[in-house]
Amino acid sequence: MYEGAIADLIDELGRLPGIGPKSAQRIAFYILGADPADVARLASVLKRVKDQVRFCAVCFNVAEEERCRICRDPRRSDEVICVVEEPKDVIAVERTGEFRGHYHVLGGAINPLEGIGPDNLKIRELMLRLRSGEVKELILATDPNTEGEATATYLALLIKPMGLSVTRLASGLPVGGDLEYADEITLGRAFEGRRSLDV
Amino acid sequence: MRVRRLELTDFRSYPQVAVDFEAGPSVLVGPNGHGKTNLVEALGYLAQLASHRVAADAPLVRAGAERAVIRAVIVHDGRELLVELEIVPGKANRARLNRSPASRPRDILGALKLVMFAPEDLSLVRGEPAERRRFLDDLLVTRLPRFAGVRADYDRVVKQRNALLRTAYLARKTGGGSTDLRTLDVWDAHLARHGAELLAGRLELVDVLAPYVEKAYDAVSQGKGAARMAYRCGLAEDGDDVTADRGVLSARLLAALAKSRADELARGSTLVGPHRDDLALRLGELPAKGYASHGESWSYALALRLASFDMLRAEGTQPVLVLDDVFAELDADRRERLAELVGKAGQVLATCAVASDVPESLHGARYDVAGGEVRRVR
Ligand SMILES: Nc1ncnc2c1ncn2[C@@H]1O[C@H](COP(=O)(O)OP(=O)(O)OP(=O)(O)O)[C@@H](O)[C@H]1O
Ligand SMILES: [Mg+2]
Ligand SMILES: [Zn+2]
Repeated sequence: MYEGAIADLIDELGRLPGIGPKSAQRIAFYILGADPADVARLASVLKRVKDQVRFCAVCFNVAEEERCRICRDPRRSDEVICVVEEPKDVIAVERTGEFRGHYHVLGGAINPLEGIGPDNLKIRELMLRLRSGEVKELILATDPNTEGEATATYLALLIKPMGLSVTRLASGLPVGGDLEYADEITLGRAFEGRRSLDV
Repeated sequence: MRVRRLELTDFRSYPQVAVDFEAGPSVLVGPNGHGKTNLVEALGYLAQLASHRVAADAPLVRAGAERAVIRAVIVHDGRELLVELEIVPGKANRARLNRSPASRPRDILGALKLVMFAPEDLSLVRGEPAERRRFLDDLLVTRLPRFAGVRADYDRVVKQRNALLRTAYLARKTGGGSTDLRTLDVWDAHLARHGAELLAGRLELVDVLAPYVEKAYDAVSQGKGAARMAYRCGLAEDGDDVTADRGVLSARLLAALAKSRADELARGSTLVGPHRDDLALRLGELPAKGYASHGESWSYALALRLASFDMLRAEGTQPVLVLDDVFAELDADRRERLAELVGKAGQVLATCAVASDVPESLHGARYDVAGGEVRRVR
């Protein structure tokens, strides 16, 4: 086994998602042998990302200011909100070019196995936004898997009394999947063919 | 459908092996513990994404190796399909179809349709309800691969719902106050939807399969009592019939969940749904479990597999039939009868330790399995 800084680095890398012990070791030794300037740049980006990037006060997408780029864009419609689980899903939907409204990022999905309930998600904040009265339509674009479907149903039940139009992305997305991995065409089609959600 | 070639890397006892198979009957002969079952187990795993012998994947990977690879060329309707599966214990399997990665392993289900009878199947008759539910669900997936998704969705919903109930239960026990149960309604709705789908599939399957079971049992046992089976559904109180209508089933599941909610909260787990059902097997007037003799139980288990095979064939697929160590259990008469019954299969792979146990009519190709090698000798 290794000791000191290199052992710490392997430990830290191994904590990252998708990186097993072997990859952690490989990356650690790559960094050890890399050009000092490259490593300094990596270190400074890591620090900057925590210092400068924060979450949008309105939609909880990643932002470099109080409000994110999308929330600040006056050309986008205030009448539609697309609800997604993660900031990476915002990117996926933006790529389709089909959507010109605003977003709301929940920060995950209801998942009792991981101890995540409605209170751990930005659901209260979503309800506040809806009460402002400007929003007419809500598109539930949570992942097409068990937890995403449950979250969509929960939101639909919650919002039903408010009389908004609530739609769910059309099926055709790979079931059990991740929005992030749906290709642009499939996701675009799912947007066009969204259906109202009866609960 | 048939398997043209099987290649294994670090699967069970095999560091590396490749076997070419032909249509018709083949026997795999070799001493005990030399890897006959390991070969057919690999085919079974490709067909069901589960082993018929173990629940965990670790024993499937050769001791000392990190991953196992099963690779098979399947011929179906004159076309060849290369199916590859990499098993890494503790991680998700990875599958490829004709060299392109499948987005999920379960996308390969249906590529190889296979019915296997093995000594472990005695537990279909004598074991717990879970064994019989698995029999039904595996067959359901072989028959209609989309049920792999239904089954996975249902299992996931039950897991999530149980987690929620358990948290609530623990919170109450430790006096931590009430847990958030607003989401329970949502899980109820999803359990009812997926549960109804799975239930409808099972009910339909049992309806179709039951006459085949009766016929097959009759054929292997030469008629001593009728083998009848019926789906035993928790929704059917006082033995009233449960129809396979999804809408009705879903409504009944919801009603049953509402009725048992207090009970479920008190016990911290899901007490309603197809994960609690059973398949009732009767022989004459008596239940098979607990009453049938060893020979009768064994014939019943065999009948369940032969019936599955006959049903799939009648519905237009020609599954591969695997008979692992079956003939040693039978007397000469029954051996001949079984050989006759399965002779019509497009491809039969039979394993045995003693070649003479397998009737002549099944001696198409013969492979000797010994010392980690598989040699075609005829
Ligand atoms: N993961 C593994 N790594 C190495 N060897 C294994 C592994 N799993 C099983 N084996 C070996 O494989 C052998 C069993 O092979 P198999 O079950 O195919 O035997 P068989 O030829 O069917 O025998 P029988 O006639 O008794 O049914 C055992 O000797 C066992 O030690
Ligand atoms: Mg064996
Ligand atoms: Zn924003």
